[in-house]
Amino acid sequence: MLTGPQIAAAIAELDVTHVVWLPDSTLGAWEAALGQSPDLTLVRVCREGEAWAIAAGLHLGGRSPLVVMQCTGLFESGDALRNVMFDMRLPLYAIIGYRSYLLENSPDTARRFTEPLVKAWGLDYMLIESAADLPVWAEHYRACQGAGRPGAALLAEGRG
Amino acid sequence: MTTQRRMPLLPALKVLADWRSEQIVVTTMGSAREWPKLSQHPLDFHYLPSAMGHAPMIGLGLALARPEREVLAFNGDGCMLMGLGCLATIVASGAENLTLVVLDNGIYEVTGGQTTAGAVAQVDFAGMARAAGFATVADFDDLPRWQAAAAETLGSPGPRFVRLAVEPVGADYFLPPPAMHEQIARFRAALGPC
Repeated sequence: MLTGPQIAAAIAELDVTHVVWLPDSTLGAWEAALGQSPDLTLVRVCREGEAWAIAAGLHLGGRSPLVVMQCTGLFESGDALRNVMFDMRLPLYAIIGYRSYLLENSPDTARRFTEPLVKAWGLDYMLIESAADLPVWAEHYRACQGAGRPGAALLAEGRG
Repeated sequence: MTTQRRMPLLPALKVLADWRSEQIVVTTMGSAREWPKLSQHPLDFHYLPSAMGHAPMIGLGLALARPEREVLAFNGDGCMLMGLGCLATIVASGAENLTLVVLDNGIYEVTGGQTTAGAVAQVDFAGMARAAGFATVADFDDLPRWQAAAAETLGSPGPRFVRLAVEPVGADYFLPPPAMHEQIARFRAALGPC
């Protein structure tokens, strides 16, 4: 699984300026590394919908935000996502914790609905299963940003 | 406990329009309808049509992106109730260049004037902002007092929270919003590069 230093280094190489997040237990392990990265500002939100709107404001202001949340937060924040990605047409990018993906035959309904929902939103997405996927992720991020389209990376998690 | 005394909306907004120079202004819902009657500034951004409480977060993102600029973000009381956590998020961010103005008319005006839970509960929005840690908190329900105190309030340390108890405006609600892509292009051009 990805460590904080690994993800912080990968994010810094992409010229991301702000990470706007509400972590789960997997993503939360990155907090120290993200907080200490000299090139990043970590913005903590209270509910996931806030994250999309803050990222939109950052983008309008000329910065390069990355949104980080669990898939359950994606479920919660759909209207905010719709506003900023579709009405405002901002090419925001997110890392979404894919809860229970690694647990085969898991009864977790968060696992069942994550990919159908991401597809329903029409997001260009990829799966990150390990640190070995980071170079591909960087390409995906750059491709989305270069094309001016929203995107997401689903981070494979156990129980999250 | 909040008072039921309220001031007319447009004169209350005019106080801010008269004070405003090169600040970014984010409007939503009722303020997005009324503010354009007073201002056509390219740094006005109207977060429409269904911001659902997130206009302050657009403002926060802009404040973090452009710390050299002041940002004024409007919210309604109904919108505020949808996202009270934003008070903590704003303070936790460390942004000092943000003023959140809550226009509290006690109803969901856009849907026909239904009473909000906050009005029934007599929610003290200013008290909530104070408890969240806003550096400056002010609460006005009287136009002359707001007119007299606005400049000092808006010049006080940020982040700032201002609750204005305002009268409902009426049913002529819907104002076709400017096309979002045009609005964004105009806003970005006025803002300039980082």
